[in-house]
Amino acid sequence: MDAIRTEALTKHYKVGFWRPRPYVALDSLTLQVGAGEVFGFLGPNGAGKTTTLKLLMQLIYPTSGHAEILGKPIGDLGVKRRIGYLPEQPYFYDYLTAEELLEYFASLFGYTAGERQARARRLLDEVGIGAERRLQLRKFSKGMLQRVGIAQALINDPEVVFLDEPMSGLDPLGRREIREMILGLRDRGCTVFFSSHVLSDAETLCSRVAILAHGRLVTAGRLSEMLAFQVRGWELLVNGLTEAVLARAKERGDVVRATAVGEGRYALELPLNPAPERTLADLVAQGAALVSLTPIRDTLEDFFVQQVSGASRPRFSETA
Amino acid sequence: MKVIGLVAVNVFKESVRDKVLYSIIAFAVLLIASSLLIGDLTAGQDIKIIKDLGLASISIFGLLIAIFIGIGLVWKEVEKRSIYTLLPKPMRRQDFLLGKYCGLVLTLVINVAVMTAAFYVVLAIMQTVAPPIVRVSWPAPATDPAMLKAIALVMLELMLVTAIALLFSTFSSPFLSALLTAGLWVAGHFNNDLRNFGAVVESPVLAWLARATYYVLPNFAAFDVKLRVVHAQAVPASYVGLTVLYGLTYIVLVLVGAVAIFSRRDFK
Repeated sequence: MDAIRTEALTKHYKVGFWRPRPYVALDSLTLQVGAGEVFGFLGPNGAGKTTTLKLLMQLIYPTSGHAEILGKPIGDLGVKRRIGYLPEQPYFYDYLTAEELLEYFASLFGYTAGERQARARRLLDEVGIGAERRLQLRKFSKGMLQRVGIAQALINDPEVVFLDEPMSGLDPLGRREIREMILGLRDRGCTVFFSSHVLSDAETLCSRVAILAHGRLVTAGRLSEMLAFQVRGWELLVNGLTEAVLARAKERGDVVRATAVGEGRYALELPLNPAPERTLADLVAQGAALVSLTPIRDTLEDFFVQQVSGASRPRFSETA
Repeated sequence: MKVIGLVAVNVFKESVRDKVLYSIIAFAVLLIASSLLIGDLTAGQDIKIIKDLGLASISIFGLLIAIFIGIGLVWKEVEKRSIYTLLPKPMRRQDFLLGKYCGLVLTLVINVAVMTAAFYVVLAIMQTVAPPIVRVSWPAPATDPAMLKAIALVMLELMLVTAIALLFSTFSSPFLSALLTAGLWVAGHFNNDLRNFGAVVESPVLAWLARATYYVLPNFAAFDVKLRVVHAQAVPASYVGLTVLYGLTYIVLVLVGAVAIFSRRDFK
């Protein structure tokens, strides 16, 4: 059973007062996320990531389409007991302390007073909120509120957790702690669905990603599959290369760029064609010695830019 | 039901931390200061003025709380985005809304109860210190329990005002909600004029419209028996019972409307 499944999930908003036109915030999103996956939901600002999360949390209703979490329709009270959600830039009741807020949220899940207190303390420890837990939230910084937000999303030990830009507002140390926390959730079988435009986080954490642009799904799949065949050249590290040999190789177009890294030692960027074996054989024949040969692959960032830049389309629907 | 209670307690906690209950202190100060100042007036009149002032203050302080907190109950949650973390928790939207309503009603009940207690303490002191010759001129004893009927109906009126403010806050801005709620409250106090409008206009359409409006608008004048209890006029239990029934029915209808709007709303 999929942890999350959407079928042609669509959301239009009416824009304009006198002649309202439907603005396509999300267009026919079909997606499956397996149980236990860390799934990255990527896209530039305004791509429809938060709209999708709000639809899954039933903060907004779909114009058409269908979504399920843990095999049940979204909004089901039983499902709500088994999920957690961190909204983007969370804001809480600022008259409560962090401890009181977490205990209040825990009470909504029906935990006893002892359980509420224990859960609140454990989670605040885990997200690194120390003595500040007894301060009213109005005195918290953005980063601290983000940590409280993550703690409240985990108050019920959820089976599926939805995190909207979880690294937002955190310093490098905080980002690392949250990354470790997400990996910890994965290790105990929790499905993590997180939206981000910070691609390095996705590269570090996700088993699969989906890229969204202009309200449409551009691509979805395993990161390894997306990036494996995107080899766009080779990096060749050689010793004992003379400047004359290098100049000839450059003239022939066998070497795109060369960086001297020591006496007679060069890092060469080779094009995809001709095959690197031929250039290597040629250089070795002229006295160079191979140190290493590595494929230059697209990073997720390169892939993302390629996908997103090709996905431009109008957001106003004429038919809906 | 449990979730409604939890949300309600949280609203009450917010009222306490936002110092809403300080209004009780303002009430007590106003009442004590007035009773000292009015003490010099004609014998027999001061107790009526204090009763008038006390009952009116309970009503007005409550009304201000009901309108100005009621209109922000939902709007503030949406504007500050705290609703985004709350609604995905295991609760239905109506539980959230009814919890908000019950929380503000709880705040008002405590407010009115403490003000009533303070009111009766001031009246008991006046009863004790007034000479017997003055006391016999009073239409009713200073601590006349009949005033509790007026206070109970004030409470019911406040519950209805809160429901109306909550209804408006589910779809409009605080300014507009305050304007509409206060407007309805004023119109509801002059509602009886609409009932008899047919006697002063010739057009049957206008007369029908006025009568229809009379039935649709909340009849707030029905909840006001303050003057009657101050002047020791009887307020029959049947009248109180019917008014309570009317008020509760109206509250239920308004809350059903609020739930219907809130349940369909998108929180963009």
